[in-house]
Amino acid sequence: MAIRVENVNYIYGEGTAYKIHALKNINLTIQDGEFIGLIGHTGSGKSTLTQHLNGLVRASSGKIYYNDQDIYEEKFSMKELRSKVGLVFQYPEHQLFEVDVFSDVCFGPKNLGLAKEEVEKRAEEALKSVGLDSSLYKASPFELSGGQKRRVAIAGVLAMQPEVLILDEPTAGLDPKGRDEILDEIGKLHQERKITILLVSHSMEDVARYVKRIIVMNQGNVQFDQTPKEVFRHYRELEKIGLAAPQVTYIMNELRQNGFLVDTDSTTVKEAKDSILRALQGRRES
Amino acid sequence: MIRDITIGQYYPADSVIHRLDPRVKLMGTIVFLVSLFLFDGFSGYLVATLFLGGAIWLSKVPLKFMLKGLKAIFMLLAISVIFNLFLTDGTVVFRIWKIQITREGIRMAVFMAIRLVYLILGSSLMTLTTTPNDLTDGMEKALSPLRKIRVPVHEISMMMSIALRFIPILLEETDKIMKAQQARGADFESGNLIQRAKSMIPILVPLFISAFRRANDLAMAMEARCYRGGEGRTKMKPLRYKRRDFIAYGVYAGYLLAVVGVSFVFQRIF
Repeated sequence: MAIRVENVNYIYGEGTAYKIHALKNINLTIQDGEFIGLIGHTGSGKSTLTQHLNGLVRASSGKIYYNDQDIYEEKFSMKELRSKVGLVFQYPEHQLFEVDVFSDVCFGPKNLGLAKEEVEKRAEEALKSVGLDSSLYKASPFELSGGQKRRVAIAGVLAMQPEVLILDEPTAGLDPKGRDEILDEIGKLHQERKITILLVSHSMEDVARYVKRIIVMNQGNVQFDQTPKEVFRHYRELEKIGLAAPQVTYIMNELRQNGFLVDTDSTTVKEAKDSILRALQGRRES
Repeated sequence: MIRDITIGQYYPADSVIHRLDPRVKLMGTIVFLVSLFLFDGFSGYLVATLFLGGAIWLSKVPLKFMLKGLKAIFMLLAISVIFNLFLTDGTVVFRIWKIQITREGIRMAVFMAIRLVYLILGSSLMTLTTTPNDLTDGMEKALSPLRKIRVPVHEISMMMSIALRFIPILLEETDKIMKAQQARGADFESGNLIQRAKSMIPILVPLFISAFRRANDLAMAMEARCYRGGEGRTKMKPLRYKRRDFIAYGVYAGYLLAVVGVSFVFQRIF
């Protein structure tokens, strides 16, 4: 059970004056149950890549396999792929259209042709797992706050019960509290339901706390594909392509250069704190 | 589908036509479109073809790109050709049962088709070589005498440029919303007419909402920058005629004379 991307190229606007080579020979494998961060600067091709994974955009060349099945094969059902690989777009609240929250979440499972009871069961589960209060189920989606709308939209995709969930900048435009809540809920989904998650972001800080693997994209290429610690070691290169490692990485590297024996691979504040305390203790003893 | 319409799409290139004053291009397009109805003979079409061909060649816009715009009027073209072909009275050249094709019908159909195609090509040449901003600037300046009779010229051209500016934005938005709903399993292609019309709701509702939101934001942004209509407003790049613009006017005059003259002479001789 995996998604395999082989030599995928994608060219926007072929044959017009505005030709852009958006993806250049991408090779990737996403295993079941992984939690991956996909990071890149605006225009690096990360959104385009995600739309390939559920067949919304067709590669100009190359192949994509879902569970070893070629998704570009004639008899392969794109509709089924889209129910298995759920994609939450950037600003997903802009796609809400129904009269109330509950029917909007029902839209996805209803399109799968499920029975009414099953549709409602799934919608309720999805709304529960994004932590939306049940008193809001009958409210118009346009009356909700930004964070609540975002949850409804994410629930709309979750209700299809995908095996892989791709979220394109799920925290863009949210306040710090809303951001942390959404990220925590995504983390919970991964732990409890073992859904494979691909989190697209340009904030290393957001991603570093949750993911086990980071894919860094730059100008249509995969620049790095490693664990967070390994990726953050390239913090100078990351800066060159318009990204940055977490603040912690900078502090730890600075400390190291000034003679403190701290672990520069620390990615979270907690790890850093422990490492600094240990280094200080070591100093006192010697 | 929507992308096939080349009218309103700018093709960036560095050519004489691109550099012309938008007023000149506007005038030229009107002259050309009107001229198509001034003659009725092969000689006139020959002159018009030479003029249009020359202009396209000078503009450096690939012909393939220009012809794409024709796809949008294909149905209209087909219908008008069929009507002219079968419903014109005259000398019969071909007949099956009650359907007949006349010599005059063929002539009308061919001329009608050429006229329609040239109308589209002529106007897309203007929009392909002029940015929407330049175009509305040119229109505003060209129509400015109408202000004397209280026509709100500035407001009209501002509305036009905003409308034009919003076309690509809304297209992009439509594309995004369609993809988002497809990701939720929406299907826009299959089903009968009613089902398909119904499947448009998940696109149209968010699209309308986003259009209103954008309009609101834009109004606010304009207000914040103290926009208050055309009164006393100056331009950063005011339009001024250059030598090439006068030459272009000369070419138009020459073209008009040629079209009228040639078809007149042609009719006299034959």
